[in-house]
Amino acid sequence: MRLNRSNLCWLVLALITAVYLVFWALLLGATAMYSTTDSWLQVLRSPEIRHATFLSLVTCSLAAGFALLLAVPVGYLMTRLEFRGKSWLDAALDIPIILPPLVVGLCLLIFFQTKIGKVIEMAIPFTYQVSGVVLAQFVVAAAFAIRTMRGTFQHLSARPEDVALTLGCTRFQALWHVALPAARRGMVAAFCIAWARSLGEFGPILVFAGATRMKTEVLPTTVWLELSVGNLEAAVAVSLFMVLLAVLVLVAVRATGEKV
Amino acid sequence: MIQLEQLTWKVSGRTILENVTVAIPANTYAVLMGSTGCGKTTLLEILCGLRKPTSGRVLLDGVDVTDLEPRERGVGYVPQDLALFPGLRVREQIGFAPKLRGMAPEELKLRVNRLAEQFGIAPLLDRLPDMLSGGEKQRVALARALAAQPKLLLLDEPLSALDESMRAEAVSLLQRLQSEHALTVLHVTHSSSEAAALGTLHLRMVAGRLEMESQG
Repeated sequence: MRLNRSNLCWLVLALITAVYLVFWALLLGATAMYSTTDSWLQVLRSPEIRHATFLSLVTCSLAAGFALLLAVPVGYLMTRLEFRGKSWLDAALDIPIILPPLVVGLCLLIFFQTKIGKVIEMAIPFTYQVSGVVLAQFVVAAAFAIRTMRGTFQHLSARPEDVALTLGCTRFQALWHVALPAARRGMVAAFCIAWARSLGEFGPILVFAGATRMKTEVLPTTVWLELSVGNLEAAVAVSLFMVLLAVLVLVAVRATGEKV
Repeated sequence: MIQLEQLTWKVSGRTILENVTVAIPANTYAVLMGSTGCGKTTLLEILCGLRKPTSGRVLLDGVDVTDLEPRERGVGYVPQDLALFPGLRVREQIGFAPKLRGMAPEELKLRVNRLAEQFGIAPLLDRLPDMLSGGEKQRVALARALAAQPKLLLLDEPLSALDESMRAEAVSLLQRLQSEHALTVLHVTHSSSEAAALGTLHLRMVAGRLEMESQG
């Protein structure tokens, strides 16, 4: 086969992609090779790590659920209503994505030292509590869920909702009866993406909820705590478990037809 | 009866509709023609309340509905893309409006079945929109609009996606529906033959202004 300029271009691009993917495969492969059966058994036997796993699964699910509850109305508003200053609001919604994670934790910590924050804490204590873990996960995960729902509603035609309005629906009813059933794949994707983001959250949780064993310790905290005491084998085993969970989420999102 | 009085629609400083004034008598089949982008769809959207006019009034049967919500106007609307509800079966599409109004399940079933028979789509009641042909979708969209028992039906190029043989069948269906349901219809089309076959009142939109061509 003659190698013309166009083929050469594709070949170079494919090589760049392959190098990147091989690099990632090597990273994960090396980490997996480092792990031993003993370290996995040690992780499974550890009550602290079992607690952290359970807490991670619960808090991630709660944070992703709350993120979805926020993302649906915000995503719908941002795609269906034209208003002045919309582009500014659109940019503001992305702030949690670009903020350094530690700064998010610090902002939460400082907010709950203000008068408003203290009043809220009289009803629900957040600082250095499990609820604080959920809140820290939620603030970042929500931004990703909103982005996903915005994309979902953008891809759905507004026409069926318009027709529903002429058939007797209020705007709320059109959202409930027409837009939401059509957006259910996107909602599953938004939940999964928010869940995956919550699972990887570390900085805000460390600053705002602390790293107390058997209390506010989640899986990323475990990796950090195990590394800090020199137990690299346990840290690697927990990391691999998180990789496995992340892959499962990726498969679930892809199954909905959405992209992360 | 539809009355439009000095209807104007401007967007971003551009005038799309300018002082549109027309009266369409009840039980008339009006066809509206005009070049692409001249404001035909905008006019339909103003009529059914999806857009508020910049100025002017919309009167239906003598009642000023300009500030009313779409759901309060009693107008059926079939857009160009038909806009069937994704994820709802044909049965649910047709029963959408009556169910919303709290119709009893038995009565709802009767109305859905009757309309499905009338439109020849009874075997399709359990299908999703993705499993329907263009002609079937068009019938479902019409049945869904008529299930709400509107007095006025707005059709935005409803036959554009149909082939020649199905179009002839659809034209006779629309004629039959208009007389059976005593409807006032405003039908937007690009097809002169469609307009000639259906229209008793012919309107043309030229650069945002409405001209009456003929009255049959």
